[in-house]
Amino acid sequence: MGATMAEKILAEKAGKREVSPGEIVEAEVDCVMLNDVTALPAIKAFERFGERAKPKPEITVLVQDHYVPNKDIPSAEQAKAMREFARKHGIKHYYEVGRGGICHQVLFEEGFAAPGRLLVGADSHTCTCGALGAFCVGVGSTEAASAMVLGRLWFRVPETIKVEVDGRLGEHVMGKDVILHIIGDIGVDGALYRALEFHGSTLKHLSLSDRLSITNMAVEAGAKTGIMPPDARVREHLRGRVRGGYTEVHPDPDAVYAEELSYSAEEIPPTVAKPYLPSNTAPASELGHITIDQAYLGSCTNGRIEDLRVAARILMGRKVHPDVRMIVVPASRKVYMQAVEEGLVEVFLHAGAFVSGPTCGACLGGYMGVLGRGERAISSTNRNFVGRMGHAESEVYLANPAVVAASAVTGRITDPAELD
Amino acid sequence: MSVLKLGRIRGRVWRFGDNVDTDQIIPAEYLVTADEKELAEHAFEKVRPEFAVEVKPGDIIVAGRNFGCGSSREHAPLALKGAGIGAVVAESFARIFFRNSINVGLPLVEAKLDVEDGEEVEIDFERGIIATQRGSVSFKPLPPFLRKLLESGGLVAYTRRRLEELG
Repeated sequence: MGATMAEKILAEKAGKREVSPGEIVEAEVDCVMLNDVTALPAIKAFERFGERAKPKPEITVLVQDHYVPNKDIPSAEQAKAMREFARKHGIKHYYEVGRGGICHQVLFEEGFAAPGRLLVGADSHTCTCGALGAFCVGVGSTEAASAMVLGRLWFRVPETIKVEVDGRLGEHVMGKDVILHIIGDIGVDGALYRALEFHGSTLKHLSLSDRLSITNMAVEAGAKTGIMPPDARVREHLRGRVRGGYTEVHPDPDAVYAEELSYSAEEIPPTVAKPYLPSNTAPASELGHITIDQAYLGSCTNGRIEDLRVAARILMGRKVHPDVRMIVVPASRKVYMQAVEEGLVEVFLHAGAFVSGPTCGACLGGYMGVLGRGERAISSTNRNFVGRMGHAESEVYLANPAVVAASAVTGRITDPAELD
Repeated sequence: MSVLKLGRIRGRVWRFGDNVDTDQIIPAEYLVTADEKELAEHAFEKVRPEFAVEVKPGDIIVAGRNFGCGSSREHAPLALKGAGIGAVVAESFARIFFRNSINVGLPLVEAKLDVEDGEEVEIDFERGIIATQRGSVSFKPLPPFLRKLLESGGLVAYTRRRLEELG
């Protein structure tokens, strides 16, 4: 019987010929990632493992990204705890403030993620790098700590949903819209416990950045991971970048899927998810009456150079609406540097946007852009739950970078086609 | 190492709906501690401010679909454990929340219950039955591997044992 990508990778890493959905296996992990927020409980768990416990430095990646530069004294203490842990245990893959960026972007840029690998991260958006053909899964802190010392972790083999997207995306339509459209269709638990395996001609034309936006939000449909078969673009990205070797994994032609979904790219408009669920979607063109106070461009979903370029093209020669604050946060130091080199940062500054170094801060209502009571944001991030970016009575509308930039200009939710 | 015995528990219900996300359970601004008592003080602060004040040890959360969706924060089950919650009963759980709960020792039950706030329910983990005022509902016990993991002290105890075996 044929196997899906998830089944093949888990079987390989568990040292088995084959595995079936529902089976619980213990599998070898290639990489364990933690950030400043999730590392603290992991370090506490680690301290309870006993004296024999030693982290495996070759597979451990620690990234300061959530509440750094430190937002207050407690966040300073937790960032310090991770820093000291890295020093004490000789963990070389440690990304300090100013050297790395948002953890998932770091795994992508620094060559930790590669086809066929099994990555776990103590962050729910670890599924992001599934776009490279790796099985990447978000776990808790205690689990990440255990995987860091044992190099193994238990997994329930997920059923897989095959998602086929065919055709060409329209103008101003991005990977973000594809995934919002899918979540709008299947709901926030539509893929619960399952893997989403993406196929179709649309993907072939998409940049890795757009593909990463799609797999990034697989978790917003409840999925265990999102994964895509690797192709030439993936190989090109990995050349000179990947750490160690890798073996590509592709699904068998007779793989068994729990469900098969298909979408036509032409039918996907610039899409917005209204409060308070990512599944609460509507075309941006239908929401033109909704005014905004803040426009946020950044995050592991849409903070890459391709996203910044799209927004800069719209903001070039225009100004952010007087009633709107626009915040631009590149996803990593490398993205930031490239944005400077390409003159994008200048465009943002001229338009009246605020630009900062990489951090997750505002996306989860931590700092650097928290919303007050009754305030409304259009945001290129991934979650719009109650109080996600601040006050319980604030609202977050999720959209692609083009919609965020166009809305920043007009002061209300705007389909970028309006400005063409 | 504390060992959790899943016998029978009885508690007062806190009723929630579908898609209770981890931002509701513990808002992100408090993710600067791993102390379950400190976290418990802010549990459900934005959506049910009375929770942290009125919750009593042994209370049971009953919810709909996809409980614990969103972030991977282990602080969410820790906050509920710190608040003394005896178990969470939901139609379904988001997968990372499910894993985290097993690892920190917060009992979960997958079942659909027709109960209201303040009612008392009794969960019998041995027989897989929940008794409510409107009758009883049966549930599927955890797979043996996970039940063993939960009852033998969670992943910390498991990891300790594995390290000892490996020498």
